[in-house]
Amino acid sequence: MRLRHALLAALLPAALLAAQPAAAQGTIRIGMTAADIPLTHGQPDQGFEGNRFTGIPLYDGLTAWDLSSADRASTLIAGLATEWAVDPNDRTRWVFRLRPGVKFHDGSDFNADAVVWNVRKVLDREAPHFDPRQVGVTASRMPTLRRAEKIDDMTVALFTSEPDSLLPINLTNLFMASPAHWERLRGQHPNAEATWNAFAANPSGTGPFRLTRFVPRERAEMTRNDNYWGEKARAERIVLLPIPEANARTAALLSNQVDWIEAPAPDAVQQLRSRNMQIATNPQPHVWPWQPCFLETSPLRDVRVRRAINLAIDRDGLRQLLNGMMQPAVGTVPPGHPWWGNPSFNIRTDKAEARRLLAEAGYTPQRPLTLRVQISASGSGQMQPLPMNEFLQQDLRQVGVNVEFDVIEWNALFTNWRNGCGHPSARGAHAINVSFASMDPFFAMVRFWDSKMAAPTSNNWGMFNDPRFDRLVAEARNAFEPAERDAALARLHAAGVEEALFIWIAHDVGPRAMSPRVRGHVQPRSWFVDLRLPYIQ
Amino acid sequence: MFLYLVKRTIYAVPIALAVGFVCFMLVQIAPGDPINAIVPPDASQELLEQVRRDYGLDKPLPVQFGLWLMKVVQGDLGRSLATGRPVWDDLSSAIGNTLTLAVAASLIGFVLGCVLGGLAGTFRGSVLDRVAVTTAVAGVSVPHYWLGMVLVVIFSVQLNMLPAMGAGPGGSSDWAWDWEHLQHLVLPAVTLSVIPMGIVTRTVRGIVAEIMNQEFVTALRGKGLTRMAIFLHVVKNAAPNALAVMGLQLGYLMGGSILVETVFSWPGTGLLLNSAIFQRDLPVLQGTILVLAMFFVALNLCVDLVQTALDPRIKRA
Repeated sequence: MRLRHALLAALLPAALLAAQPAAAQGTIRIGMTAADIPLTHGQPDQGFEGNRFTGIPLYDGLTAWDLSSADRASTLIAGLATEWAVDPNDRTRWVFRLRPGVKFHDGSDFNADAVVWNVRKVLDREAPHFDPRQVGVTASRMPTLRRAEKIDDMTVALFTSEPDSLLPINLTNLFMASPAHWERLRGQHPNAEATWNAFAANPSGTGPFRLTRFVPRERAEMTRNDNYWGEKARAERIVLLPIPEANARTAALLSNQVDWIEAPAPDAVQQLRSRNMQIATNPQPHVWPWQPCFLETSPLRDVRVRRAINLAIDRDGLRQLLNGMMQPAVGTVPPGHPWWGNPSFNIRTDKAEARRLLAEAGYTPQRPLTLRVQISASGSGQMQPLPMNEFLQQDLRQVGVNVEFDVIEWNALFTNWRNGCGHPSARGAHAINVSFASMDPFFAMVRFWDSKMAAPTSNNWGMFNDPRFDRLVAEARNAFEPAERDAALARLHAAGVEEALFIWIAHDVGPRAMSPRVRGHVQPRSWFVDLRLPYIQ
Repeated sequence: MFLYLVKRTIYAVPIALAVGFVCFMLVQIAPGDPINAIVPPDASQELLEQVRRDYGLDKPLPVQFGLWLMKVVQGDLGRSLATGRPVWDDLSSAIGNTLTLAVAASLIGFVLGCVLGGLAGTFRGSVLDRVAVTTAVAGVSVPHYWLGMVLVVIFSVQLNMLPAMGAGPGGSSDWAWDWEHLQHLVLPAVTLSVIPMGIVTRTVRGIVAEIMNQEFVTALRGKGLTRMAIFLHVVKNAAPNALAVMGLQLGYLMGGSILVETVFSWPGTGLLLNSAIFQRDLPVLQGTILVLAMFFVALNLCVDLVQTALDPRIKRA
């Protein structure tokens, strides 16, 4: 017994030391690129930066992304649902079993009623808590979900408009807000809109952090949720600060006003490193492409031309131009990804082969190809569009391709993207340069290559129409076993690369800079981060 | 004076209408779609139309403008398309922050401008005059966002003396007049003060030089008044014109500077307008511009009244 006590006494300090990161440690002040605090009512705006900072930390979805590794692609894991399966007799009906014992920040229980309530908040216009403002940022990310039905307290059925194996992935975007808290606030406010505003100022989710202070446009403070159902956060507090200007973010980090900044300006990276700041990068599920137009009048309708352009680009040179802040893209997903699929067309830099293909397609130095590309001067996710496009312009001139740019404002480019290349807003462009997220198969491939998604329905700007691809999309949507689904998606992706359906150029590496005091951060291959992991030393 | 006040207030109504209309049309003419502030780029056309209906953006433009105007008359500037918050809530806090910055910048700019301009006008042609004129020209010519960045690099990044951004350690909502908060004001206020400083210097120099050449100053000298006594006479004569210029400058400053407030992440009207422009947040844009325009009109009115009080030669009907 005495020996046991002595051993315990000897091991206790070591155990305490080992446990230290798990205890609440410090406040991490984060400078975001957003100009305002992303919405905090459960369906954030400001793109995926919103999900990253006021979605995932404050709320949970039924499914989630695995953000624990920097070395492998981020995959789907259980969130507030522990398991799910499609009904074999009705493939539009999914059954989700919910995680027991989960409580919202206000102390109320998470259960099937809460799931039904949260589905209705964006899909049921008759629901008293329906919020049209949340529809825009949510419904487009789960396009086939129609309704939810309680089976028992811990089981819920979700219904889709058509068989859709991608639903569990889409559900990472539906965050669960507390119905009990909302109902309490409803009693103090005149209507649902005012109640949601009050909810945004004082939200209640199930996430690892609780919102404890909110100053619109200036700061949001989140405190660690000690009753979190999963692994608890290491940092005690996270402070979010909107700093839209890249140089101001860099200066704030260098002057110790923040501990972490998103997207430092590429030309500041050297200076940040020289001041011992950590630069975290990892290829993101992001694609910076030229999306071709497939109409009769477009030279990019010819696969030989699309392949030639893909082969003519010096992606490593472009990477140097960006101080290494990009990953060359040779497909929508990188080799090694479960959806890669080993395409037979190997995208690389081979200018001789590019010239040969162009000559075969009828383009010679005497009859050069002229491409018109619609681009923006800036924009979210657009990286450095002007210098990058000018680099491509110079590169393609070496193989006899003249590129003309139609530079328009980012918001206008977005609008045009929905109109399609046959619309007057395309102004005769043969390609458009709009970057996109690729972690969800619908957004990575389906919306571009399914003929039903042709503009203005979705983002098939190029009006691509090939029954073979429609079949491949249908196969993927009807493959309900994860391995089977991945295999179907890999076939779709490989076919897309072989047909060179994009001019793939770059993946963003999501750079962020941090003070040396920030420890424990994992930079996953994702748009998101797990804020439970970092802490201040 | 009362009639004059009433007349000027009535004049403000068509100005407000014109500002509201022009701003509304400018945003409509600009390429892009306000819906992009609400839905992600991957939204389907069906969803876009649904959201457009929900926000009333499917109605004809005159109807949209009319509805907005009716609300404004009732004191409701609407809600932000992007955040859903009442425009007035965001705008009122932003105006408070811009006002703090504008007053600080005005104090620096006007005091320096008056001192430099007064000295240069009094000692025209001297080295002092040349230094003052050079400083004034530099103040007006240097792009203030660039100056802001340089000041941040020197005083925040290199010397670590002053904060680079924000309106206080806990944000503007718990602003206090202590050094912990005031230090956040120093760099943006200095940056913003250089243009009014330059303009006021040049104006005061010109006015003082002109007055110094007038016969009554010679007469005062002849009567044996001290330099200080003469200076006081000159100040009194120069004040109305100088005040008019300072009033205009204060008006410009109170409009907020998009560039300076963005560089320093100062949560004023400039930063609010900046994000509203990029998001095509129509209600925020219209509400902010309308309120700022009215502010400008009111400020001009105040300056006119003060001018009239100071200079009885200015007759107002």
